Amino acid sequence: MMEAIIGFATGILASMGLGGGFILVVWLTLFAGVGQKAAQGINVLFFLPIAFIALILHLKNHLVNKPLVKKMIFGGIIGAVIGTLGSNVIANDLLRKLFALFLIAFGLRELFSPNKSADNQQSDDHNQRSRTD
Amino acid sequence: MRKFFEGTLCGFLNGFFGSGGGVLAVPILEKEGCDTNEAHATSVALIFALSVVTALFYGFSGNLDFAGAWKYIPYGVAGALCGAFFLKKIKSIWLKRIFGGVITAAAVRMLLV
Repeated sequence: MMEAIIGFATGILASMGLGGGFILVVWLTLFAGVGQKAAQGINVLFFLPIAFIALILHLKNHLVNKPLVKKMIFGGIIGAVIGTLGSNVIANDLLRKLFALFLIAFGLRELFSPNKSADNQQSDDHNQRSRTD
Repeated sequence: MRKFFEGTLCGFLNGFFGSGGGVLAVPILEKEGCDTNEAHATSVALIFALSVVTALFYGFSGNLDFAGAWKYIPYGVAGALCGAFFLKKIKSIWLKRIFGGVITAAAVRMLLV
């Protein structure tokens, strides 16, 4: 049952690029007794079919900026190789603590970053007001 | 050249933590001129490609548990279909606030345990 809830929630957030993988990794390491590196491996495998499906839908909706993907992908692949090798050489416990710090930085930003859609709304209102003035 | 290094940073995070490249990619893509929905969708494209590389390298080092992942994948696929469908419509701010709170709490616990 928990696998269904965690899998579903992770799928929703991951398909939207909102950091869904965090849910799965946190669940696996904190509650399912999986080590940090094994949990990260499970998340990467999990993400592949989810991202593939989401990507097809996003492409159909013309939401993917392909030129930007092309410009970032080569650096990205180099980074992925370095990052993967790095996570291999450090101890599981240290990796887990670093991951927790990364999550805190992400979580605080999600909690306290300004609401961009509200800002747009406000500036629209402001523009409207200045026009009527 | 800047975009090359921005990509490197996203790839590094995604490889190092096996997750989370997307949460860095989204603000970077917004800075490079994407609107919010486009940035989220484009991040999925980018991180998908990077995750293929990461998965290969995790596989070489024996950190891949296919049976462990398979338990979650069917539910994840259902979630992905919903998520991708709603991305065009949803106001994600409440989602971000709740998620941010849950993740921060979990991370603090991870540091303490």
